[in-house]
Amino acid sequence: MGKPKIKSIPYEEFKDNETLEQMLDELNAHGANVVVTTADKLINWGRSNSVWPMNFGTSCCAIELMAMGAARFDMARFGFEVTRTSPRQADLILVCGTITNKMAPVLRRLYDQMADPKYVIAIGGCTCTGGPFTKSYHVVKGVDKILPVDVYVPGCPPRPEAFYYGMMQLQRKMKIENFLGTVNRKEKDEHKEEAEELQKKIINQEQEA
Amino acid sequence: MTLDIRTIAPSELHEEMLRLKTERQMDFLVNLVGMDWGEEGLGVIYMLESTRTGETATLKTVTADRENPFIPTVSDLWQIANIYEREVYDFFGIKFLNHPDMRRIFLREDWVGYPLRKDDKTEEENPLRMTDEPLADTTHEYFLKEDGSVGVKENTVWGKDEYVVNVGPQHPSTHGVLHMRASLDGEIVKKVGLVLGYIHRGVEKISESMTYPQLLAMTDRLDYFSAMQNRHALCMCIEKAMGLEVSERVQYIRTIMDELQRIASHLIYYACMTMDTGALTAFFYTFREREQLMKIFEDNFGGRLIMNYNTIGGVMYDILPSFVKEVKEFEKALRNRFKEYQDIYTNNVIAKGRMVGVGTISNEDAISLGLTGPVGRASGWKNDVRKRHPYAMYDKVDFTEIVRNEGDTNARHWNRMDEMLESLNIIDQLIDNIPAGEFQAKRKPIIKLPEGCFYQAVEASRGELGVFIESKGDKTPYRVHYRSSSLPLANAMDTASRGQKFADLIAIGASMDFVIPDIDR
Repeated sequence: MGKPKIKSIPYEEFKDNETLEQMLDELNAHGANVVVTTADKLINWGRSNSVWPMNFGTSCCAIELMAMGAARFDMARFGFEVTRTSPRQADLILVCGTITNKMAPVLRRLYDQMADPKYVIAIGGCTCTGGPFTKSYHVVKGVDKILPVDVYVPGCPPRPEAFYYGMMQLQRKMKIENFLGTVNRKEKDEHKEEAEELQKKIINQEQEA
Repeated sequence: MTLDIRTIAPSELHEEMLRLKTERQMDFLVNLVGMDWGEEGLGVIYMLESTRTGETATLKTVTADRENPFIPTVSDLWQIANIYEREVYDFFGIKFLNHPDMRRIFLREDWVGYPLRKDDKTEEENPLRMTDEPLADTTHEYFLKEDGSVGVKENTVWGKDEYVVNVGPQHPSTHGVLHMRASLDGEIVKKVGLVLGYIHRGVEKISESMTYPQLLAMTDRLDYFSAMQNRHALCMCIEKAMGLEVSERVQYIRTIMDELQRIASHLIYYACMTMDTGALTAFFYTFREREQLMKIFEDNFGGRLIMNYNTIGGVMYDILPSFVKEVKEFEKALRNRFKEYQDIYTNNVIAKGRMVGVGTISNEDAISLGLTGPVGRASGWKNDVRKRHPYAMYDKVDFTEIVRNEGDTNARHWNRMDEMLESLNIIDQLIDNIPAGEFQAKRKPIIKLPEGCFYQAVEASRGELGVFIESKGDKTPYRVHYRSSSLPLANAMDTASRGQKFADLIAIGASMDFVIPDIDR
């Protein structure tokens, strides 16, 4: 795997390249299979240019997301325009706005319902750290307390350009990942055995009946 | 300029309220504020207004019992009191006698303690719970027995045979994270219940530990479509309490900004309304004009959505020399394109079919439910704060209050459309004559308000937004309460959508145009 490329923006202009390089080193540590990495490159190229975000907007930042969908900022240029409201059709969850204690289990459940590989972008000061409401008794101080966050976009609310910068950073991350064999089966299903047992039980019961 | 508050014992409260409502025609319950006065006890402040005579009255009642505080309900007199009293129960633990539904409204049902009490240890008792929240089907009602003791009975909210459909909290057309539970009979909505608090950020509690200039940061984030007006209300409330005069230039600028903000808000309303009823193209039309407005905002104050513009005694920056020209250009563009909006959506046969005669609210209900703003004015109630209690430049400009009598979705939609033009008319009268002067009055670095209660309302984009401050003479307020303009609107969903088709629930919700962070605060 080589350095990730974003069209017409030089590699050096992005910040936090160290994290990406560290990731690359880890992936290349034991050598890489030529066939697999070539296939990965193709898959990642397609994947990173058609990210379908789930718009999880709770407050102010969601309005900037709407502005991003409209004509002036037009996120269709980057392949993000297919915003889904169902977690099952989304690759990415955009957490826009304050997450409260009451919302936290709902958000976690939506995240669990998404199919792997899945990503999280925390948008706005509230989701990064709690923002102006850190002192509150009912606000989760940073969405990373409940979800693994890939990219943070601070701002109150961030400008649409900042949204794009965050999305591009995610694209860069997606471009260097090993898709085959790792990312596409990241998490084991905790409930798989349970579900199988339950199914067996039901089948047995029906047969007995 | 403190509020003139009359104290009444809880035992005489209901009688007195009934008298005020029938004899002095106080049919509008403006605000209901829960209070914790420490050793004096827990209590409630009621603010009433007559829609016929314009008279106002403020009453308070206190109960010394902190363990089991009981106060009689007024929810049988004003429908809006139902949800206000549930809010007070949620935050202060005051139980209202004869209130039919004493459930928590913002916090989870397994929440321990009452966060707005001064002695509450909320954070220690309530760690982040990741389990699914419990939703009870039954509720409690407290009533006085004949011997004077308090009895409890169980009321059913959702019966066992009812078919209940959940809309939200994550739903594309609830404009945020509102959770509505609708009981259906086939396709007809029988009843709608609200589960709120998914974006309850505890603004009123955090405000108690902040100084007055710090408070300003909170208001923009309540109803982000009325950021200007919200902050205007808070600034005016503090200025009124301090006795600070602001220059005429500031008054002009604030009025123009309020109206620009109202236009921006109504443009978003139009976009959301069209999206919710399935006309996606129209969404792009209004966002085009809104971006033009956003550019003016951004050039002048650096923020697009949250501007942080008003300050105590003035505004943050002076307007740019190009401001007048840009606003005029925007105005011309909007007037030209206004017809386009009506052609593409409002006058469309399908849109009319979705709007005319749907979700009707009668005049009496609108007043009793406290529906201010364009929604109340669609039911024939003249409630514009700009006319009732003029502030800033509104008594010097000539504008008409848009009122319709049908009370349906169509009337609410058209009210907003006409209000945009009316806002342009107001801006027209002011934009050329902005006087020279200071944009920021001189004031002391540390602000202390005199002792007392202060209230100031403005006409925000969604109706009356009020700021209530109780001060004990310190640098920080003792209690801050915001009269939300959206909470009554969300509460009216039940009245408006009973007997309507389930699909119309979304259209009615869109025409109410509530903003959830403003409901939950």
